[in-house]
Amino acid sequence: MESLTAIIVGVLVAASVYLMLAPSFLRFLFGLILLSNAANLVIFASGRMTEGAPALVPEGASAPTGVVGNALPQALVLTAIVIGFGLLAFTLALAFEAYRRLRTLETEEMREAEPVEGGEETRA
Amino acid sequence: MAEDTDPNAPWITFAGIAPAAITAALFVWFLGHAPTIAAGGSIRWAWDWIPSLQVTLSFWLDGLSLMFALLITGIGALVMLYAARYLAGHKQFARFALYLFLFMLSMLGLVLADNLIALFVFWELTTFTSYLLIGFSHADPKSRRNALQALLLTAAGGLALLAGFILLGLTQGTFEISVLNAGGSLAGSAWYLPILILVLLGAFTKSAQVPFHFWLPNAMAAPTPVSAYLHSATMVKAGIYLLARMHPSLSGSEVWLWTLTLFGGVTTVFASIMALRQIDLKQTLAYTTLMALGTLTMLLGGSSGYAITGAMAFLFVHSLYKAALFLTIGLVDHATGTRDADVLGGLARVMPITALAAALAALSMAGIPPFLGFIAKEVAYSGATGSPLWPLVILLALAANALMVAVAAIVAWRPFFGPQGRLPRVPHEGPWAMLLGPVILAVLGLAFGLLPGLAALIIEPAVNAVMGTPDTGGRLKLWAGFNLPLLLSVVTLALGAVLYLRHQTLRERIARLEARGPDFDAGWDRLLEHFMAVAKGQTRIIQTGRLRDYMFVTFGVLLAAIVSGLLARNVGGLELALAGLSVREWGVAGLIVAGTVATLLTSSRVTAIVALGVVGIGVALIFIIYSAPDVAITQLLVELLIVVLFAVAALKLPMLDREGVQRHRPLDAVLAVGVGAATTVVLMLVTQAPFDRRLTEFFEASSYPDAHGRNIVNVILVDFRTLDTFGEIAVVVVAALGAYALLKGGRSLVRRSGDAAEEENK
Repeated sequence: MESLTAIIVGVLVAASVYLMLAPSFLRFLFGLILLSNAANLVIFASGRMTEGAPALVPEGASAPTGVVGNALPQALVLTAIVIGFGLLAFTLALAFEAYRRLRTLETEEMREAEPVEGGEETRA
Repeated sequence: MAEDTDPNAPWITFAGIAPAAITAALFVWFLGHAPTIAAGGSIRWAWDWIPSLQVTLSFWLDGLSLMFALLITGIGALVMLYAARYLAGHKQFARFALYLFLFMLSMLGLVLADNLIALFVFWELTTFTSYLLIGFSHADPKSRRNALQALLLTAAGGLALLAGFILLGLTQGTFEISVLNAGGSLAGSAWYLPILILVLLGAFTKSAQVPFHFWLPNAMAAPTPVSAYLHSATMVKAGIYLLARMHPSLSGSEVWLWTLTLFGGVTTVFASIMALRQIDLKQTLAYTTLMALGTLTMLLGGSSGYAITGAMAFLFVHSLYKAALFLTIGLVDHATGTRDADVLGGLARVMPITALAAALAALSMAGIPPFLGFIAKEVAYSGATGSPLWPLVILLALAANALMVAVAAIVAWRPFFGPQGRLPRVPHEGPWAMLLGPVILAVLGLAFGLLPGLAALIIEPAVNAVMGTPDTGGRLKLWAGFNLPLLLSVVTLALGAVLYLRHQTLRERIARLEARGPDFDAGWDRLLEHFMAVAKGQTRIIQTGRLRDYMFVTFGVLLAAIVSGLLARNVGGLELALAGLSVREWGVAGLIVAGTVATLLTSSRVTAIVALGVVGIGVALIFIIYSAPDVAITQLLVELLIVVLFAVAALKLPMLDREGVQRHRPLDAVLAVGVGAATTVVLMLVTQAPFDRRLTEFFEASSYPDAHGRNIVNVILVDFRTLDTFGEIAVVVVAALGAYALLKGGRSLVRRSGDAAEEENK
């Protein structure tokens, strides 16, 4: 399954790169969502994938019996999912506010803090 | 210069007295070591600083560093006392005193440091503190500009010096100067030439050799005590000190001899001619300092005992008389309000003590017996006659010394004994605190001349330190018999007298010549303008201000890094283990890919959000199948939240494509596929490599016994990595607060700017 996951991750990354290069900021956000999914899968697959054996310690034992899923990457991915969500929510708020002020989400036109193209110093 | 000062203000304050007192105490302390050093000893202190890089904070007190230390602390104490009175009542005097004191300490560190890197650090500290001192009158744009010029030029030289030092230390295996020098000349080393060029760049910029000379006269924007201290006695001599310090290691080659002789010689003659041309007495002195630095460089080009003795004696006497002369010019300026050579005259009647100090210092400068300046000049001539390039050196030295006689007369004779012009103020004698320095320094020039054995106690150990062997230098004698140097002295005086008598006509001719020659100062400004233009141009190219360009470069670099890494490691074939996967796995994969493709292709916001949700659920399914139920639950919840958030927000946001159709971007597609493929390859390589389960086994074994939890993932999150989880919560809270502030605060802002826009329309 690791090979198939690697291919899925490749598709996700390729799509997210394409979206993040898009002129619409909304598409950039979609790319961000896909990229964070891809990153989580990379962490998960790097710890190897075990089918149907959650990392639990059975009653009466002091350690899992038999091979169970790798708990460490799961813990890392849990953290990553939550942080990814925080990032996304904040970026969405940014986009929302940016659109309200600039009336556009085309990144080529969002040049509030950038020099005027081909010109000098200050904005008109 | 002293316009912000109040002569009646109390000057005996902490800031006025403490630096001078501490510096005087240091002087006495160093003087206490003089007998040990004169007897051929040396003292070393060392502390580890960055042992892994062989950087030690080591200090080495030998003849050369002692002479410099005595000059720095001795003249320093007198100048600080003088400055306390000169700048009395100045609002920022405490700041000035601090800068000057810090400069003194940096300079001391520079001449005492035995480690190349430590020396460099102190070297840069002197650059930095002198920048603050030159730019002290910061309200004056000219002063700021000149300070910046000195900083940029000497710091650029400092960088070259650092490179040279590192090269020197790495190729020779030690950064300790005393060890390096004990090893003798490096002229045979393959790295000799690059090291020499880099070190000389540092020395020549610091000691203002042509063509790096122009910052020094400009540095006269500083208050006069600074000019007296930094730009005659100490900082500009740092380059000379470096040449003397590294003499045992770096001299002894044709390159050294020719480079130093030519650069020094050109500087000497150029500066002497320019000195004649100046009207402002302070500028005249600045150019004579330049001349002295040139002569010192020229003499250090040689390796004979006389050349080195000449250099050390001249360095010593020059520090004495030049500081004295600068301080007397300051007194004259303070008393009369002008430094114009054509206006000043006849001041000896009202300022007898100042006149006496100026006369004594000038006689030493002109090299009249029995002053120390005469002895130094004789020894320097002896050194010149012994040089392999003697005809050139003698001619240059003769011309420079003759011009020096004329300048001495201009600076010290005319203002005090010549005809009086119309002065801006009624002159008066200076206060004792300002007279003390010039008088002591000027009298010392006479005393050492009458008792050359006393001067030799300081100068000869310095010569021995440079030569590396004792008793190889020339002797300091007031009467050395009828010889070539004496004859040269007589010619010098005669020539000097003629030059003085005709200096006003000469000045006009030189001014005409100067107008036709290259203007280094304006060239510097043009150079800076070019730098700015290049910086602006490259910023325009690199910083396009387009998000897409930045993302493209970021992903492009990522791809290049991965690919070159894979190529460099020459990884073997990949095994695509896809056999044996059930319909379930293929189904999930199909779901994710379908959602991704739909997100890519659609122009509808709603479709995209739904498709993203499908991808998220597909990923959650993978987590469920592969033993990660906790992760799957979190993923599902977050996915749900994202869909809700987007559904609320995105519908208020604009359409994805204004024209309704998505533009195709083939170049972006190529890059995207590249990065995706590279990620797949890397992940497959990772999963095919042998796996290290040690960490996982630790958590499995200790989860229940240590943390009493049966769900290992949870135990890791809340016990073993509690702080990380806490950080994660903090991140979410910060993001929530930020989003709240944006959505809430933004509204009122928009309303306000909207109002403003409306008002503008009215």
